[in-house]
Amino acid sequence: MTGVFDSLVGQHDAIDTLRRAAAAAAAVVRGEPAQGMTHAWIFTGPPGSGRSVAARAFAAALQCADQGCGTCAACHTTLAGTHADVRFVVPEGLTIGVGEMRALVLRAASAPSQGRWQVLLIEDADRLTEAAGNALLKAIEEPPPRTVFLLCTPSTHPDDISVTVRSRCRVVTLRQPPAEAVASVLVNRDGIDPAEAAWAAAAAQGHVGRARRLARDPQARASRDKVLGVPRRLTGIGAAFDAASSLIEAAESEAAAAVVEVDARERADLQTALGAGGTGKGAASAARGMTGAIRELERRQKSRATRAQRDALDRALVDLAGFYRDVLVDKLAAPVAPVHADSVEVAAQAAARWTPESTLRRLEAVLACRAEIELNVKPRIAVEAMMLALWRG
Amino acid sequence: MPRVTGVGPAYRGCEWGIGLVVPLQKRRSTWDDIWVTTAPPVLCLVSGDEELLVARAVADVTALARASDPDTDVRELEANSLLPSELDEVLSPSLFGGRRVLVVRNGQDAKKDLVAALLRYAQEPDPEVSLVVTHAGGAKGKAFAEGLQAAGAKVLRAAKLTRPKDRAEFVRDEIRRLGGKSTEDAAEALLSAVGNDLRELAAACSQLMADTDGRVTAETVNRYYRGRAEVSGFTVADAAMVGDVPAALEALRWALQVGVDPVPIADALADGVRTVARVAAAGRGNPYQLASALGMPAWKIERAQRQGRGWTPEGLVDAMRAAADCNAAVKGGSDDRGYALEAAIFAMSAARKAEGTR
Repeated sequence: MTGVFDSLVGQHDAIDTLRRAAAAAAAVVRGEPAQGMTHAWIFTGPPGSGRSVAARAFAAALQCADQGCGTCAACHTTLAGTHADVRFVVPEGLTIGVGEMRALVLRAASAPSQGRWQVLLIEDADRLTEAAGNALLKAIEEPPPRTVFLLCTPSTHPDDISVTVRSRCRVVTLRQPPAEAVASVLVNRDGIDPAEAAWAAAAAQGHVGRARRLARDPQARASRDKVLGVPRRLTGIGAAFDAASSLIEAAESEAAAAVVEVDARERADLQTALGAGGTGKGAASAARGMTGAIRELERRQKSRATRAQRDALDRALVDLAGFYRDVLVDKLAAPVAPVHADSVEVAAQAAARWTPESTLRRLEAVLACRAEIELNVKPRIAVEAMMLALWRG
Repeated sequence: MPRVTGVGPAYRGCEWGIGLVVPLQKRRSTWDDIWVTTAPPVLCLVSGDEELLVARAVADVTALARASDPDTDVRELEANSLLPSELDEVLSPSLFGGRRVLVVRNGQDAKKDLVAALLRYAQEPDPEVSLVVTHAGGAKGKAFAEGLQAAGAKVLRAAKLTRPKDRAEFVRDEIRRLGGKSTEDAAEALLSAVGNDLRELAAACSQLMADTDGRVTAETVNRYYRGRAEVSGFTVADAAMVGDVPAALEALRWALQVGVDPVPIADALADGVRTVARVAAAGRGNPYQLASALGMPAWKIERAQRQGRGWTPEGLVDAMRAAADCNAAVKGGSDDRGYALEAAIFAMSAARKAEGTR
């Protein structure tokens, strides 16, 4: 049976749960008594496992008369993000603020315009500020009869989502899709060569989107190769600082490339909307509030750029952690596949020289650096401290 | 420093705001011109945004005018609210004659028609009127300032003193102006104790003159002023990097006391370790040759080379770790940010002594 859930890779249990819920939801719409539908859901799973994909598919199944056929108008519009009764919250910046949340909750309280369900889908619900979480909590505590809240977070740890919100939601746990499943998706859906697909799936460590990017985007590959070259380049303190600054600069330029065009366009659009460059009577007074609005836009853009930069850096650090994992796997002769299939020789060389303890310390240093960046430590300082630790071992 | 000869003792020292300001060697000639002629200038442009110097320049011109005619009428107007018609009124000849001083404040904010009116007046100024325009000296309203200069206005510079040397010079001139003597280190001591605000410095100078016999030395300054007004994170980092824990802790306390945010202090600590580590890794060499390779100014490299003595690579690794931990601590990781910084200073000192933990 084809349908909206096909886009989920290797998540059979979760799909079963969601199908049953969608069937129950359809019964509720028909006015029959049914069990199995809940008004609030949390989708958890490691990055790339398809949390937001699952949430979108479930939203489509709720809106579809056929519980997710994947071909009707309701499915199409939901998946494309244009369905009138499905509200997507995709934070571009670092957090979702309380003001935004209040407006969304208010809208979620209205009755569905097409007679089925009013859906509020929050991707990255771990970015809710405390106040925004509380605003959401009030709505989840006393939900309107036909409103469904779908939240996506990496885990149900209190750091990610407040316990009060979590306790009122049903949790759908997605697992890290096995590399073979990701590879077969790449082969079947994107037409990528099987050998390459297997390599990309392993290197992406279960992240479907990243695997696809690695398989198709030479630039992503080049930056990954650069990151994997780091351990070999750490020959001294000076080299460690050089490696740190090249890693930071690569992340900065990757982030800048991602946002610079959008930034300029948004700014030009806003200026046009506020009547910049206008002449004649009233133009000056129309433009009066412009600086404030532009400054607000720039603040949002800065937040987005910071996030893009941290995301880029985080990808690099995950690749690096994968390398040290491979070294440890090689050293301990563990019967698991390497993450970076193309750098096994380098990993083996390193394993011959390092003790398991020092490899583990290096792996810990990379993970500690990720945690520190999350804690808002200046990325340069965190990465430099990490590189020095990697050099010393 | 020229003595005030043309004006008489009447205004000298009667109020600290009035008097001759000659903060810099190169600026003396302009001022000398005024005092040589002793007649109040007809057109005068005060260029710069150091409030004290602007106030003094305006007061000086006023005093000159008063010296030549005690009944001088002084009017102060704001450029952004002044209308050209009002200007005509204040500039038109008085029925009773007599000198007048017209001070137009914030000339950079003058609107187009006012600028045009003032520049037209500047072509044929009334010799009985002294027109003083103050101008922030920036790019805003630059054409106006240049127009006045072209019309032959006396230019009095009142730019902010940015270099420490200039400020020390200002302090010494200030004491000299008040009839005292001071030494170089006295000026330095006063600067570090009082800070960089010229008004505060001027007030401190006059206070010192009132309290002492007119000879101001570093010792005198230390008797009346204690502590440091301007401490940055870099002061803390510099002391920490040479292993001087007492000095680093003292600087840290002062910095927190005067309201420096802990985050830049933590950044400065990390920067200190980074600089020493990178310079040490580059090996010994001429700072000027290393400057381009390391992307740092030569003086910073030279200082880092001095600070780098006594550090081992292992120790630097630990110090960087401490700096990174401290950075997390001051950004919400710790309950007491001051304590986190102190702990980082101790950890850095321990790293320097222990030559690495492993």
